[in-house]
Amino acid sequence: MENIILIIIAAIFVNNIVLAQFLGICPFLGVSSKINTAAGMGGAVLFVMTLATIITFLIQHYILNPLSLGFLQTITFILVIAALVQMVEIILKKVSPSLYQALGIFLPLITTNCAVLGVAILVIQKQFNLVESVVFAMANAVGFTLALIIFAGIREHLDLMGVPKGMRGIPIALVVAGLLSLAFMGFAGLVK
Amino acid sequence: MNKWTIFSRGIIRENPVFALLLGLCPTLGVTSSAINGMGMGLATMFVLIMSNMMISLLKNVIPDKVRIPAFIVVIASFVTMVDFIMAGFAPGIHEQLGLFIPLIVVNCVVLGRAEAFANKNSVLSSTIDGAGMGLGFTLALTLLGAIREILGSGAVFGMKFIPASADGILVFILAPGAFITLGFLIALINHLRKTS
Repeated sequence: MENIILIIIAAIFVNNIVLAQFLGICPFLGVSSKINTAAGMGGAVLFVMTLATIITFLIQHYILNPLSLGFLQTITFILVIAALVQMVEIILKKVSPSLYQALGIFLPLITTNCAVLGVAILVIQKQFNLVESVVFAMANAVGFTLALIIFAGIREHLDLMGVPKGMRGIPIALVVAGLLSLAFMGFAGLVK
Repeated sequence: MNKWTIFSRGIIRENPVFALLLGLCPTLGVTSSAINGMGMGLATMFVLIMSNMMISLLKNVIPDKVRIPAFIVVIASFVTMVDFIMAGFAPGIHEQLGLFIPLIVVNCVVLGRAEAFANKNSVLSSTIDGAGMGLGFTLALTLLGAIREILGSGAVFGMKFIPASADGILVFILAPGAFITLGFLIALINHLRKTS
């Protein structure tokens, strides 16, 4: 149990996937201009990341490892994620149109979100068991959403500020992300 | 379009990092020193050249509807090759780059060039395009890595120029320094682009 709590805290705060590990920077900069869209993207990532991690974990341990096909890891994982995203999109459309409305536009973007593939590979590298992997994936998605929402909140205010001409847009967003990352460094040492 | 234009535009005018803002994850993640940035850049360049060449060879065979998954398979194969080549011949730098090597698969620069260029142009042009874009990416990563290394550890390519007992401004080789340095670098490049 203690182990699980440590994984959660480490993934959300100490090694935040965006601000400390630099995964998922594209959506972090791309869809973080409004809090609503940021929350929508976070929800979609939570859903896909957890599912993708479970499936890739099972594939690695029950198909690739017994057949010693470990070298196919990258190819298999990215295909599984791409197929999964498509499937989730089709199923959601049929089963829950309202959820599809909310997450729909973000789903195709997730295939190229390196955070999903990154987490799927990380759980294998860290040799987690299935429960730890699921917890790790969910905690990372929560960390991603947290960073995205905080950042969107700051950017909404940033729109009203007199930013120097050359720094407008992406440059100031990157500097803000740097300061946010500095703030998250305050959590370093919380978990070994 | 002549071959030189295809090659040179990726380096400055359409630089994948500074102008198109593609592939920012490895750009931020591995540039704590110039040599790491260069290693990552060269690995990506290899994948870009090979996948561009292969995809333009196969462009008439791949059905249009499944082209994206097909591109991803081609790219992932070359990424796997790079992963093993680096693990074998440059284990030190392979260790440093870690997770970001397999993640070249989802680097939008690679898939972006496959879709936007290699899918429509001849094999030679596509290869040249891959080389130009790859070189631009490598230069961007090496530049960012060099700046962070100079400020953060007072060294250039691992050679320290400040007294051995002194430290650099540590924050620049840590995570926040990556964001801040890239932010100012893009601002500077935007400024130069407008004034020139």
